[in-house]
Amino acid sequence: MDYAATREQALARIAQAQDLGALESLRVEFLGKQGSISGLLKTLGGMSAEDRLVVGPQIQALREAVSDALTARKAALEGAALEAQLASETLDLTLPAPEAPRGTVHPVSQVMDELAEIFADLGFAVATGPEIEDDWHNFTALNIPESHPARAMHDTFYFPDQMAADGTRMLLRTHTSPVQIRAMLQQGAPIRIIAPGRVYRSDSDATHTPMFHQVEGLVIDKGIHLGHLKWTLETFLKAFFEREDIVLRLRPSYFPFTEPSVEVDVGFALVNGKRVLGGSGDAPGHGWMELLGSGMVGRKVIEAGGLDPDEWQGFAFGVGVDRLAMLKYGMDDLRAFFDGDVRWLQHYGFSPLDVPTLSAGVGVRP
Amino acid sequence: MKFSATWLKDHLDTEASVEEISAKLNAIGLEVAGIENPADKLAGFKVAKVLTAAPHPNADKLQVLTVDAGTSEPLQVVCGAPNARAGMVGVLGLAGAIVPGGGFELKKSAIRGVESNGMMCSVRELELGDEHDGILELPEDAPVGMTFAEYHGADPVFDVAITPNRPDCMGVHGIARDLAAAGLGTLRPIAAQAVPGGFPCPMPIRTDDAEGCPAFYGRVIRGVKNGPSPKWLQDRLKSAGQRPISALVDITNYVMLTYGRPAHAYDLAKLSGAIFARRAKEDETCLALNGKEYTLTSRMTVIADDNGVHDIAGIMGGEHSGCADDTTDVLLEVAYFDPVRIGQTGRALNLTSDARQRFERGVDPAFLDAGLALLTDLIVGICGGEPSEPVFAGQPPITPKLVRYDPAMAERLGGVAIPEAQQRATLSALGFAILRDAADAAPQDSREWRVTVPSWRPDVDGAPDLVEEVVRIHGLDNIASAPLPRADGVARPTATPAQKLERKLRRAAAARGINEAVTWSFLPEAEADLFAEGNGGLWVLQNPISEDMKAMRPSLLPGLLAAVQRNLDRGASGLRLFELGRRYLRGQAGASDERLTLGLVLAGEKTPRGWASGKASSFDAFDAKAEAMALLAEAGAPVDNLQVMGEAGPQFHPGQSATLRLGPKTVLARFGMLHPALLKAFDIDVAVAAVELFLDAIPARKAADFARPHYAPPALQAVKRDFAFLVDAALPAGDLVRAIKGCDKANVVAVRLFDDFRGQGVPEGQKSLAVEVTLQPGEKSYDEAELKAISERVTGAAAKLGAVLRG
Repeated sequence: MDYAATREQALARIAQAQDLGALESLRVEFLGKQGSISGLLKTLGGMSAEDRLVVGPQIQALREAVSDALTARKAALEGAALEAQLASETLDLTLPAPEAPRGTVHPVSQVMDELAEIFADLGFAVATGPEIEDDWHNFTALNIPESHPARAMHDTFYFPDQMAADGTRMLLRTHTSPVQIRAMLQQGAPIRIIAPGRVYRSDSDATHTPMFHQVEGLVIDKGIHLGHLKWTLETFLKAFFEREDIVLRLRPSYFPFTEPSVEVDVGFALVNGKRVLGGSGDAPGHGWMELLGSGMVGRKVIEAGGLDPDEWQGFAFGVGVDRLAMLKYGMDDLRAFFDGDVRWLQHYGFSPLDVPTLSAGVGVRP
Repeated sequence: MKFSATWLKDHLDTEASVEEISAKLNAIGLEVAGIENPADKLAGFKVAKVLTAAPHPNADKLQVLTVDAGTSEPLQVVCGAPNARAGMVGVLGLAGAIVPGGGFELKKSAIRGVESNGMMCSVRELELGDEHDGILELPEDAPVGMTFAEYHGADPVFDVAITPNRPDCMGVHGIARDLAAAGLGTLRPIAAQAVPGGFPCPMPIRTDDAEGCPAFYGRVIRGVKNGPSPKWLQDRLKSAGQRPISALVDITNYVMLTYGRPAHAYDLAKLSGAIFARRAKEDETCLALNGKEYTLTSRMTVIADDNGVHDIAGIMGGEHSGCADDTTDVLLEVAYFDPVRIGQTGRALNLTSDARQRFERGVDPAFLDAGLALLTDLIVGICGGEPSEPVFAGQPPITPKLVRYDPAMAERLGGVAIPEAQQRATLSALGFAILRDAADAAPQDSREWRVTVPSWRPDVDGAPDLVEEVVRIHGLDNIASAPLPRADGVARPTATPAQKLERKLRRAAAARGINEAVTWSFLPEAEADLFAEGNGGLWVLQNPISEDMKAMRPSLLPGLLAAVQRNLDRGASGLRLFELGRRYLRGQAGASDERLTLGLVLAGEKTPRGWASGKASSFDAFDAKAEAMALLAEAGAPVDNLQVMGEAGPQFHPGQSATLRLGPKTVLARFGMLHPALLKAFDIDVAVAAVELFLDAIPARKAADFARPHYAPPALQAVKRDFAFLVDAALPAGDLVRAIKGCDKANVVAVRLFDDFRGQGVPEGQKSLAVEVTLQPGEKSYDEAELKAISERVTGAAAKLGAVLRG
């Protein structure tokens, strides 16, 4: 028998099979139980050993070639079918993908986190106090008696007929300084804290809002002096603005709760009409900007905090958080901070993943 | 406090420039708010001589001048002034100069066909006065070509902000004293010569309110001639921003601005009987110099005569008894008023004045005699007249203050070593007297000085004040930065658990696509009232800045809703906002109870219309629940154990809101759709889902260690079984899930509700709930008997709730 001819014929028919059904028919025809090649294999049983030795391998080779051809053709047909299917599934990928809303962290919160991070490195904890305060903590304990002209400097919001336990009037704190008193009374000394939070003054224009944010700093220890205050403020501002060329100008001033009192200006350059911190304010094209108030904590204040002013001394400072945010991140209208305009929040807000860290730098560049 | 450089130099002998003076003022704590230099306004104006003057060829009233202004060639100028003539010297404004009196810029131009290179100026054009009849004529020897600013001696004006502790610097002389102490020149002493009186004071003077007015000095000057004050005095007052009125008034103002010593001059003819200080009677009125009538109380001190009140003591004089042009006899009042009383009166009347500012801060109680002498001397010198003998009623409270001071304290507190000699010089220059120093101190180990405080420094009462004095005069710039001692190693964590919770929740909410807002702590009272229910009363401000900012918020939601409304007005269609801040409740014994809270609102469209989904979708109560659960999970609350209960509050949709509780009482959060009536009150016309998370109610995490409970993923695969139950339609699905979860804790690890169906095949009043129960085998796989037993436990637990397994 001419196995070669059988083989050629079978392979040709397999190659011509156009779909998987036709291919399956051919498989049954050749290799099925009643198939032609299966029939040939069955003839081996009736052969002599010598013939079987000669014919057997030929039939086996035939079967194998057909089987391989069937498999290969099947793969080719399946591949083509998949290609055709995929070709029908083409998408227009210029269509927009589903949008996930982008959430933001408010600049005030971000800056407060930045402050906490910087001051944690300097050993400061974050302290808080009530915003609805009593007169004693907000004024009297800070050496601002009822008659003191300095009270006229604070446009205070009061609550009518709301008396604290000590009989004094309740009010909205005008500064974060009452936290100084609370911290001293609660923790004793030594102390290193910052106290960020909301403060209130009856004032409203483009740069003043009746509510704003302040951060208080307080260090009470032994042997603390103005040089430490200066270093702390320089170190903080350099870290906050990530600039080594921050220059401070200290000016004597007056706050009832510090003695000596120091107003701190920071040098800036005018760049395209915007104030960019850095350099001495006396340099050409530069100026000084009032940034914060500070001083050595007054003896009466330390006493009000339950500490012995002959043993403990220290410094305090206060600075506007919103102001720091505006200077660093370039907003120019304080009122927008408290409007909740999503367009503004989307523009000036921060990604939740921008967690301030010292290793990455506490600032976020756009 | 404004004053000219000339005025300052009346008291300070100095060669320092304006810039040097300004820098030094800043350095010693007298903040320069601004310097006004009239020379700046006169830039481009020069002294010029008219060489020739000829009629204008095309205009009758104009002349064509050639003018020498020091330039190489004479300039041709067209001029309309009738007094312009050859040989006169005047002021030429060159092209480019801006005319102070008109604000316009001069340009080279042709006037009626004749070129003009500038303008000869009138007094009014140079803003030196009102005259405008012709051009300003200068003396013939005025140096031609000199800038007019230099010729005129334009006098720069300092505007200095005086802190409330420095009444002594509310006068030019005190500022000069500070500058002299800082080495900027020599202080010229005050030349106060007592002027003897020629006759007894005809007016009885007394104080009936020794508390409010401990001292009232005065005298009469008769036969004065009032009128305009001399130019030198007017110039000084003008530099202070004051309008000259008449010599008598100007002199009292001048003494106040120069020495910080307010005084008052009455027209004697308008007084009757005696003049005295007393308490005002209740509801007594005084028509003050500002034209306003003030109603007084018995807590206020006034100066009165037998007929009534003439002066709100130390604050403002009366309209009826002041000096006028026809005044011939004056009564001078130089008094000391109690600073506290002045402050209270001024605040109560809402009346400020230069006098109040000074008395309130505390004028020098030892300067009454000198003040009276200076006033008398000036009045007699300028207005003539004959002074009476002075009357001294009462005693000013002069209590010498002694401060013990260790000069080493300058370094201990100020951080800068200042030699003792320098400290002594500074303190002396500022008027302090050092009674005894270390050299003659009895105890050898005492380094303390005894320093007497000058009477004009009420602010100084302790050693730190003296440190401030020597350090500020030495210069704060000389203080070297000193690093704070720091603990070894890496900085320790400082945040409290509450702070960590707040930070985490903030970023978790933002990570879920929500924008953090910061809204006002105060609300319109009506809006606050809508949320006050159950909050124990509102904190309502006595003096709100507006009605919209009156009541402290009892909830975070109203502020966010107001923000939602504003955003919707601006065209936003979907909003996700949250805020993390305090609610203000009433606490114990009048104290404030401020609770950290997270408010969150989801308003309008959840997803906008899209090519894939078609229509826009809206937020629903489950969106609020999802946020509440996710944030509580981040906060570490045991979310699997929370109960969903009602009573979210009347602000919410009664059927689409709930509270999340830990146990029946502890409410961790409330969430759901807001009530349409509430939204209407906020003028919001879209549905709003809201969450309020009460951070103070969330239990703190207890773990002290970082290690987590041991866990190894089970080796055997979990088995899932579905069950469908018919239950009463009112049964909360959560109850069924909870019952099944709890029926076999060894094997049931999860129960997921995947179908809630009512309708065909389900009897009326019932619903079908289908759950997928996940079973986790332990050591070995389940056999049929075990699975059957677990299934029976599941159906048994469900049956207790009336649930029937569907066939």
